[in-house]
Amino acid sequence: MMSFYETLTALEKYPYEDLWKQYTEVDIKRALQKERMDEGDLLALLSPAAGPYLEEMAGKAQRITRSNFGQAIQLFTPMYLADFCVNHCTYCSFSSIYDFPRKKLSMEEVKREAETIVATGLRHILILTGESRRENPVSYIKECVEVLRQYFTSISIEINPLTTAEYKELLLAGVDGLTLYQEVYHQDTYKALHVKGPKRNYRNRLDAPERGCQAGFRSVNIGALLGMHDWRKEAFMTAMHARYLQNSYPECEISLSPPRFRPYLGEFNPESDVTDRALVQIILAYRLFLPRSGITLSTREPAVLRDHLIHLGITKMSAGVSTEVGGHTNEGGTPQFEISDGRSVQEITDMLYANHLQPVFKDWDILTMPASLSI
Amino acid sequence: MFDPLVIGDTVLSSRLFIGTGKYSRNTLIPEVIACSGSEVITVALRRVDPAGGTENIMNHIPEHMKLLPNTSGARTAEEAVRIARLARAAGLGNWVKIEVINDQKYLLPDNLETIRATEILAAEGFVVLPYMSPDLSVALRLRDVGAAAVMPLGSPIGTNRGLRTKELLRILIEEVNLPIIVDAGIGRPSEAAEAMEMGAAAVLLNTAIATARDPLGMAEAFREAVSAGRKAYLAGLGPVEESAAASSPLTGFLG
Ligand code: SF4
Repeated sequence: MMSFYETLTALEKYPYEDLWKQYTEVDIKRALQKERMDEGDLLALLSPAAGPYLEEMAGKAQRITRSNFGQAIQLFTPMYLADFCVNHCTYCSFSSIYDFPRKKLSMEEVKREAETIVATGLRHILILTGESRRENPVSYIKECVEVLRQYFTSISIEINPLTTAEYKELLLAGVDGLTLYQEVYHQDTYKALHVKGPKRNYRNRLDAPERGCQAGFRSVNIGALLGMHDWRKEAFMTAMHARYLQNSYPECEISLSPPRFRPYLGEFNPESDVTDRALVQIILAYRLFLPRSGITLSTREPAVLRDHLIHLGITKMSAGVSTEVGGHTNEGGTPQFEISDGRSVQEITDMLYANHLQPVFKDWDILTMPASLSI
Repeated sequence: MFDPLVIGDTVLSSRLFIGTGKYSRNTLIPEVIACSGSEVITVALRRVDPAGGTENIMNHIPEHMKLLPNTSGARTAEEAVRIARLARAAGLGNWVKIEVINDQKYLLPDNLETIRATEILAAEGFVVLPYMSPDLSVALRLRDVGAAAVMPLGSPIGTNRGLRTKELLRILIEEVNLPIIVDAGIGRPSEAAEAMEMGAAAVLLNTAIATARDPLGMAEAFREAVSAGRKAYLAGLGPVEESAAASSPLTGFLG
């Protein structure tokens, strides 16, 4: 099968250091006048030459976003099902090297978490697990989905990469969205950060979003964990990956996330510091290059910053977040990483209204109804 | 002037249909309805949440409005059919706007799947209004399988670019014996007026009003534009001349 890997291998050979220096303000102005941007425009928008043009980029990004998505911002919340993990990723508290009591939710606990979340009004959920096929196999995820679909109208997964057949199984169970971050596109850095476990298999992870498209998920969300390698290059690869998927699977809604590295249990310090300005440049470049893609903003970012970023191209955000297993009902688990914006769903709702934006709690209905419910 | 639009067995006096999708808050919807004079409102079933309390969009739609649930989000005829049935089961009535979109980049409708969904739902007693790319043979097929009206696009959804498909719309208006409701792309009141002057039966708008600086002012502007365009159509536009016609003929002296 042809995959993004071939394109990526070619893209990796670009002389980035020279390219970043070659772009000038003329290239930025030209790109901003275009309706459809090409690869060269994307590079220009991510280059240092675009730095002084953030305001112009923001104006255009906002216009495009409002005409395509209106004043609506979709809300969702993550639910951590299990923190068992067989991998050692150097940036994550769930890594197998850390010793803490691991946990996975029983169906009764899943139900209680669901009830707590649904009471806030949210109908979209993202379920997460660490990577352990033994502790949280596909059958466990399916069992959870059976419970969750009684409460939620859209269920997305953020779990270890699966085969196309397994994705189809989950789709039929009621899952409609897949989130899967490559974490790091740069292959050597990827190997260095993923020390042990199946996640070391770069190619298996890179091709997984495409397998999700083939399985028929309605939406597939990808991203690089910003801060692990040169952010300009990583953002470029992410956007190119998104465009590849969008062109190959036009029926699937491809979204992007720009998560920045956050504190966790260990002491790893990332090599590239992604400033707020850099984050804004990345979000704007994503929006201008992919005008119809969703862009998701997580609670990794502090409240003040989130309140500004909602005007720059964001279409989805998480609210009322806990990164602990069972964190919506009880306290005291180990968070995967620290969040920055701890506001409740109500607080986020109020903030959006104050900014003349509408929080959308429900934006889909799971259509794979169990036989008993179908009409 | 009594000039009703009849769709199915419903008689409408306003020819402006509006949407609910892109507002900054749902509480604006009743005010927009009042200012636009609209009687038909389309709502995406995907956004309807009966348990959603004050966030439930249905709480903001006045009783007298004719609901036009749409199948937004459907990628196949089967999905559209399932959404339509869910909408009817949820008490949203038997009108449905078929939207089958297979292309997330431009959001252009899939005409073939739209015909399939229309056929199934019309046979089940729905009043079906399919959203389509303007194409004569497709519009005729939609009519033959039971569509109550057809809704060709003026330009792609959300673009506010106006009637880029004008020549094709004109052919549909002339050839298809069904109400033609221009849907998507209209960004300005003048464009709505133009569609009505051409003989469109109605127009459907969302983005142009919802994303205006003053949505209520814009709703009123569209109400007047649609009504002016309709009046002009009924009055019969004078022929367009290539050069100015002198009011006293230059060769009159020849007798
Ligand atoms: S990032 Fe995922 S795979 Fe890696 S250690 Fe954390 S939970 Fe495990």
